[in-house]
Amino acid sequence: MKKTLNVALPKGRLGEKAYAILERAGFGCPSILENSRKLIFENPETGVRAFWVKPSDVAIYVERGAADVGVVGKDILLEYEPEVYELADLGIGKCRMAVAAPKDFRDDTRRTLRVATKFANIARRHYAAVGRDIDVIHLNGSIELAPILGLSDVIVDIVETGTTLRENDLEVVETVLPISARLIANKASFQFKTAAIGALVRGVAETREEIL
Amino acid sequence: MDFDNRITDETEAVAAALRALYDRFGYSRYRMGKFEEYDLYSRNKDFLVSEGVITFTDTNGRLMALKPDVTLSIIRNDRDGDGDVRKLYYNENVYRVSARTGVFREIPQTGLECLGAVDGYCVGEVLWLAAKSLEAAERDFVLSVSHLGVLSALADAVSPREEVRAALIRCVGEKNLHGVAAVCAEAGLAPEAAAPLEKLISVYGDPDSALGALSGEDLPAGARAGLDELRTALSVFEGTPLKEKVRVDFSAVGDRNYYNGVVFRGFVEGLPESVLSGGQYDGLMRKMGKKSRAIGFAVYMDLLERLDGKLPAFDADVMLVYGGAGSDPGLHRAVRALTDGGRTVFVTAKPNEKVRCRTLCRYENGEVRTVEENA
Repeated sequence: MKKTLNVALPKGRLGEKAYAILERAGFGCPSILENSRKLIFENPETGVRAFWVKPSDVAIYVERGAADVGVVGKDILLEYEPEVYELADLGIGKCRMAVAAPKDFRDDTRRTLRVATKFANIARRHYAAVGRDIDVIHLNGSIELAPILGLSDVIVDIVETGTTLRENDLEVVETVLPISARLIANKASFQFKTAAIGALVRGVAETREEIL
Repeated sequence: MDFDNRITDETEAVAAALRALYDRFGYSRYRMGKFEEYDLYSRNKDFLVSEGVITFTDTNGRLMALKPDVTLSIIRNDRDGDGDVRKLYYNENVYRVSARTGVFREIPQTGLECLGAVDGYCVGEVLWLAAKSLEAAERDFVLSVSHLGVLSALADAVSPREEVRAALIRCVGEKNLHGVAAVCAEAGLAPEAAAPLEKLISVYGDPDSALGALSGEDLPAGARAGLDELRTALSVFEGTPLKEKVRVDFSAVGDRNYYNGVVFRGFVEGLPESVLSGGQYDGLMRKMGKKSRAIGFAVYMDLLERLDGKLPAFDADVMLVYGGAGSDPGLHRAVRALTDGGRTVFVTAKPNEKVRCRTLCRYENGEVRTVEENA
């Protein structure tokens, strides 16, 4: 009997793009695109059971085995370091993790640098690598406000177009790392659903370029 | 297994089966106290699964710890170096920070260690016992086996820089092919520099096909020797039904400061993470000043608890409602008659809706009368 592959997709534009890749790879579940209040969607023909979850929760669903595979940003993988396999770079949702600050910012190395961010672990690792002492201020949103109001000296955050930064007289000081969406798999699921997950990875590799 | 689920849950049944299994292969039960000097762990922090250790100061001023690990204690007490082999198993609770909850937990752990003149036979025997341990859970299972010597030799061939090698091995552990390319690019290496490592990531499957896929590769001598060791170790499964449960999977990695040679992970269907972990740890033995070689594994019994998913349909076979003060000596006789007949009985003065019983009976005038059957 064909084993069902549980797929966690991130809500929003990134998830829709990721679904398009999965569908072209032969792992479609068209009902997921219908305007419905259902939470779980299934396609017996492809053996896919898919569901939308909050982007930052995808890795939790996969790590704990509620989903066999999922699509998640590299930022989430680096911040939470879940025990999962990172099987493919989907090449979508491209952006960068960057340090940004007010345009007149100069780093006063005599003082501890105050860093506002949603990504405390990434920020700590980045500054530890260069031996800079920092004070992490963990925020959940509107990170750009922090340096404007004097709450922090800099921010570490995801930058896509940079428009929000420019409109608030902030600029990128340095790029921490590039980000894109990754196909991840639960380590135990990989052992028991090897054929399906392997076919998905191959299908994604073949179709990714066409989609982009 | 012939265990009555009413008297022992599934985890206890597995633990009993494992003890019997290890006894059959001549492993001795190793018992230990709950405390150990903290110094043992502070010197080997990287070996521990989690950094947190519960400590306290003993009455003599020594800093003690609740054991976060069993292997270190066994090594410390091992007599070392007289050319024989010591085979031990344990069934102990350890105390460490759970990666999931971030707080301390008491974790039941069963495992075995083979120390001393560990040779090819010993490695094969431990792999066999690891597979049989997984089989005891009575679910589909997979034993993923790797060889750190192969991995190290290939990483060493890519770059002399330890941080690059560590990053590459991390990628192998994540099955992260695109990550290998990124690490090479960042280190200024040609994309083809890590081609053998990329091949290693893509190799996964039964021993014959996986090792066959690597046999034609141009590999460094160290990697080739490692593959030969792996092939020898896996020959223990040749001609047995367990062979189809074994996979060669180089994503099973461990800390190279401690582990070397064969390393492995065990997965049981229905559990989201590896339930068994082990390998050769000659490096740890050297760090602790021992000359012996060693191999062992641990089974994380707390994870197996999650297999106990189904509640029994009934809490007891019979609910016997007696009414009154319960002073009739005949009531005790009636209850014993039921229990002696092999039925479980919940005796109560008045009906209890929270307890689910197959049969509702009343004790009246010295007799047991069936009131209701809940098929």
